[in-house]
Amino acid sequence: MQPLRLPAILPHPILNGMPKKSSSTSPTHQTISGRIWKYGDDINTDVIFPGKYTYTLREPEEMAAHALEDLDPGFASAVQPGDVIVAGRNFGNGSSREQAVTCLRAAGIEAIVAVSFGRIYYRNAINNGLLAIVCPQAVESAEQGQSIQIDPHAHIIIISDQEIEFPALSQTAQKILSAGGLIPYVKQSLKSTAGSTG
Amino acid sequence: MTTNETFAQKALARSAGLRHVQTGQVVDVRPDRILSHDNTAAIARIFAEFGLERVVDPDRLAITLDHAAPPPTPLHAQNHAEVRAFVKTNGVRHFFEVGRGICHQVLSEEALVLPGQLILGADSHSTHFGWLGAFGAGIGRSEVAALWATGELWLRVPESIRIVLEGRLSEGVTSKDLTLHLVGSLGAAGGLYKSVEFTGPGLETLSLESRMVLPNMMAEIGAKNAYLPPDNAVFDWIANRLSARTGVPLATCREEVESGTIYPDHDAQYTNEITFDLSTIEVQVACPHKVDNVQPISAVAGIRVDQAFIGTCTNGRLEDIAAAAEIVKEKHVATGTRLLIIPASSAVLLDATELGYVTTLLKAGAVFGPPGCGPCMGNHLGVPAPGEVCISSANRNFKGRMGEPEAEIYLASPAVVAASAIAGHITAPNPKRHA
Ligand code: SF4
Repeated sequence: MQPLRLPAILPHPILNGMPKKSSSTSPTHQTISGRIWKYGDDINTDVIFPGKYTYTLREPEEMAAHALEDLDPGFASAVQPGDVIVAGRNFGNGSSREQAVTCLRAAGIEAIVAVSFGRIYYRNAINNGLLAIVCPQAVESAEQGQSIQIDPHAHIIIISDQEIEFPALSQTAQKILSAGGLIPYVKQSLKSTAGSTG
Repeated sequence: MTTNETFAQKALARSAGLRHVQTGQVVDVRPDRILSHDNTAAIARIFAEFGLERVVDPDRLAITLDHAAPPPTPLHAQNHAEVRAFVKTNGVRHFFEVGRGICHQVLSEEALVLPGQLILGADSHSTHFGWLGAFGAGIGRSEVAALWATGELWLRVPESIRIVLEGRLSEGVTSKDLTLHLVGSLGAAGGLYKSVEFTGPGLETLSLESRMVLPNMMAEIGAKNAYLPPDNAVFDWIANRLSARTGVPLATCREEVESGTIYPDHDAQYTNEITFDLSTIEVQVACPHKVDNVQPISAVAGIRVDQAFIGTCTNGRLEDIAAAAEIVKEKHVATGTRLLIIPASSAVLLDATELGYVTTLLKAGAVFGPPGCGPCMGNHLGVPAPGEVCISSANRNFKGRMGEPEAEIYLASPAVVAASAIAGHITAPNPKRHA
């Protein structure tokens, strides 16, 4: 794992004081606000999205209906748009299946905060415009069902009365996220290459 | 000038066209090979969003139909049909039909990956190719689509761990036991984001087929890639197959193969170094529902077994089937237990047939499935029932992995799986082997 900047816990000044920077119009860059779904360590891709569905389910809503079904059968029916998953270390270890990201996005999850991520899962999340945040301190503070706000610009998570800072993503990851994912990002670069060569 | 670079640094510098790279640096790489399988159809649907006519360099692609092959349902069949249509439209030469075998095994047998090369695959066990000194890493479907469109992808140069193997395995202990022991002691996040680079005199005591188990399962500790330094045995194995596929004389192939080889520097910087003495490793089993929940076999001996499964990219090769045949010879699978064998490739099945192992196993009551992934990820051909216990030679035992969340999966060597099928419960093979 990359060495992390130590996240500071700041005394919470004003609850409505979430810094607002509206320079980007991308949905992934707006403030996220929802409830916490808390899980433990080593949540693998088979329990996030069972392998038996990988070649038969195609529609995002169908995938969302099976999200986390072998871990938390109540999740799919109760999750709401804007909710956030908070998990321990190595979230999304296992298979490279991208449905383990897309099923959660389709279910309404906007961000995942974890102690660490499985490496392919981390890439898949960024590539599909799902904010993946490494922040052990936030994980420690979070409890199931609590409300959570995340400001991706200011790198701040607010849980209860605590503001917790998280480290910025790598430049490449930020560029992909602000394009809305890898596919739009590549589309942009294909266009600009085509433009520059006439 | 001396450098102190790891294999990962050298391999990624090569594929990024740079002289040196630092760990942590993000580089744009050009993989020599891009792997996909049944998921090719889904990737093709993403690729269609780019509005490009064809992939940039179809010869770098390699595609197998293996994960649900032959197709168990019309939906799976439709999926395969879409893959074939993509292969045809794009003129993909390296395409392998239903029955040829599992991607990692087939690409090795076809010498489509060589020492020192970079292979990126839409499959988490692409770490497998470390067995021949290549850099193999798993990526997502969108990333493969992006590679088809641009030929390049960003990768972060990983930090590396060095694992030193000393000594020799005891009688009855296999590389699967060694690998399970390693996964158990390092943990499911023990190699997260890392390049796991093996070295040490213990390596050459392992047969080529059993070396393949190590990098294959380094995916289970979160590794980005794994690496075994290739020796003459590897060069000969791969050069023979390269020559067979291309028709280029063997000597030329041998030279070509060896010339691309990459070794880390002696003073390369590792984040940590761990030594394992092979002679101290015992027979191991990974217990439900996590691969790092590893116990010595004595802790689980006697547990009832409903299904025993030998196969997968981890342990479905000739020596695995040979080990099973030797154990079941002139015996019979226990009543109430079934023994399922799925060779990793058609070449393995052919050899196992010619050498008589298939006959021996069939006489003992085993059932054979067509080469491919079989029930490994729960698609078909041996899915367990709720409450059943399956002992398997695969690499993952996550809850629901084989299609049924209420089944229990134990992972072990093919020898343990075969012995357990005969006994009807988990047991170590009898080391004395009296017939
Ligand atoms: S055999 Fe199992 S682990 Fe290997 S590629 Fe197939 S599904 Fe994946």
